[in-house]
Amino acid sequence: MKEHLNCGALLESLSEYVDGVLGDALCEEIESHVAGCDDCRVVVDTLKKTICLYHETSEKTAIPLDVRERLFHRLNLDDFIEERKQT
Amino acid sequence: MNEESQQEFSLDLLRSGDRAEIARLVDAHSTKIYRLGLKMLANPQDAEDVLQNTFLKAIQALPKFEGRSSISTWLYRIAINESLMLIRRRKPEFDFASKVEGDEDDELLLTQFSDWCCLPESELVSSEAQNYLDKAIQELSEKLRVVFILRDIEKLSITETSEALNISEAAVKTRLLRARLQLREMLSIYYGERLDEERRG
Ligand SMILES: [Zn+2]
Repeated sequence: MKEHLNCGALLESLSEYVDGVLGDALCEEIESHVAGCDDCRVVVDTLKKTICLYHETSEKTAIPLDVRERLFHRLNLDDFIEERKQT
Repeated sequence: MNEESQQEFSLDLLRSGDRAEIARLVDAHSTKIYRLGLKMLANPQDAEDVLQNTFLKAIQALPKFEGRSSISTWLYRIAINESLMLIRRRKPEFDFASKVEGDEDDELLLTQFSDWCCLPESELVSSEAQNYLDKAIQELSEKLRVVFILRDIEKLSITETSEALNISEAAVKTRLLRARLQLREMLSIYYGERLDEERRG
């Protein structure tokens, strides 16, 4: 009978798994383990969600206008302050 | 690699100190560098110091920039050094070497198994939750924090992260996994409580 992946072994490959860069064979092993192990299923799901929530935070932070203005001033680039490219 | 960093800059113009080109470079990268400082130090004033010092040093060093890594990676590297310097200055009594060394050998820790993925979006991204997310990053050691920020907030690749930090890709992967699992634990505690509140109605 095929040796089954245990919970600990799964943990080591988890980052690659959630990033989608793990080889097919290991992916299948993880998926079949997770299907029968509730704790690991929760770990995989909540890990994905954790990363996803942090991904979203980066879009919420932009440099404030006054911070940009002081930066340009400090760099002696005052004459370029108005030329902000709208993105 | 993200789109911004693919943006073409004339290295010749930058090296010769062309101010318009430098202004363009600053605008293309200032949000990323500011955000890095903010996530590393959790303080807007410190983040602004990191931002200003990074570009001051970068502009000074531009004539010698060889272009072996991308400008973006190079700026991140300067900003990380600035952040770490500021952290050390803020907490001079803190013994970094000892706390930091153990990171890679620590047992991977799993204690939380509440399934909070089903919480409504309004709970997951409330401003209180956002504060908690920021605070949780601060609980990571610098070594883990910086890898996590570059990879999962700034969305650099494993290779770019290893270049920015001058560590091996294997070390990036090890630290990333630990950082992610530690944050998952912390988030599970927080959102697990929200989940209990929901269930109690
Ligand atoms: Zn399991």
